[in-house]
Amino acid sequence: MPHSLLSKMVLGCMVSLVAFASAQAQSEGGRNVPLPKYQQECAACHIAYPAGMLPAASWQRLMGALTKHYGTDASLDEASLREITGWLKSNAGTYRRVSEEPPQERITQSAWFLRKHNEREISPAVWKRASVGSASNCAACHTNAAQGNFNEHEVRIPK
Amino acid sequence: MMKHISRAVLSAGLLSAIAVGASAPAFAVTPEAQLAAYTVQAGSPPQPARGQLLFTTKHGKDWSCSSCHTAVPTVDGKHASTGKVIGPMAPAFNAERFTDSAKTEKWFRRNCNDVVGRECTPAEKADVLSWLLTLKR
Repeated sequence: MPHSLLSKMVLGCMVSLVAFASAQAQSEGGRNVPLPKYQQECAACHIAYPAGMLPAASWQRLMGALTKHYGTDASLDEASLREITGWLKSNAGTYRRVSEEPPQERITQSAWFLRKHNEREISPAVWKRASVGSASNCAACHTNAAQGNFNEHEVRIPK
Repeated sequence: MMKHISRAVLSAGLLSAIAVGASAPAFAVTPEAQLAAYTVQAGSPPQPARGQLLFTTKHGKDWSCSSCHTAVPTVDGKHASTGKVIGPMAPAFNAERFTDSAKTEKWFRRNCNDVVGRECTPAEKADVLSWLLTLKR
């Protein structure tokens, strides 16, 4: 077998392995490593919400209105805005339950979120605790939310 | 020729930035140098007392700077809506503060808009920074 053919085959295998690994990371709710710029800019104020938790159209609208971002001015310079928006859209949720665009681009208003946190699962009093504060405070209960890990076994509801 | 020089300067700058480390801010400065720059733009000396007043009072909106940064920002603050911990603002208590002019400008732009409803003037920025620099250990 000619040497160049062999190396092409090896390269081909490596490419498919990488593609497979990244597809798998995506399928786990965007648990892949976030863009450093996303981490730097967005996680300065809140956890880096996984890109896979909103569809691309929602991210597009949210990123187009950063001067009025849930009550605060979160505006960015042009280059950062372009880079982060592009990354969010290409890593946005594509599986069926995330195809719905929730009101006001709020992850916590998505049907799948409300179903997972229904009254039987989480009593309304829990949301009112000072240690929780708001439904957007994922890390109050999802101890590894900042790392994009929302595994149910790692949920600790604070008193 | 100009193009060559600027490219050489740019790559030298880039190389030194890489040498310092990827996390080095793009516009590394000192708090004192930023205060000097704002003072020149303002055209008059900064007044720390005026800066403290601007920082600690509301300006017709829901929040003051202190809502998130505390009234004497030598300690951690907390984001008023997300609850995220914010490190001290006074440079003597947080060596990272006011060492990246782009970051300083970004946060003055956003936060003055939230607190005052407009961007702050160079004089106001100089006042606030001069007050923060009076807070010593």
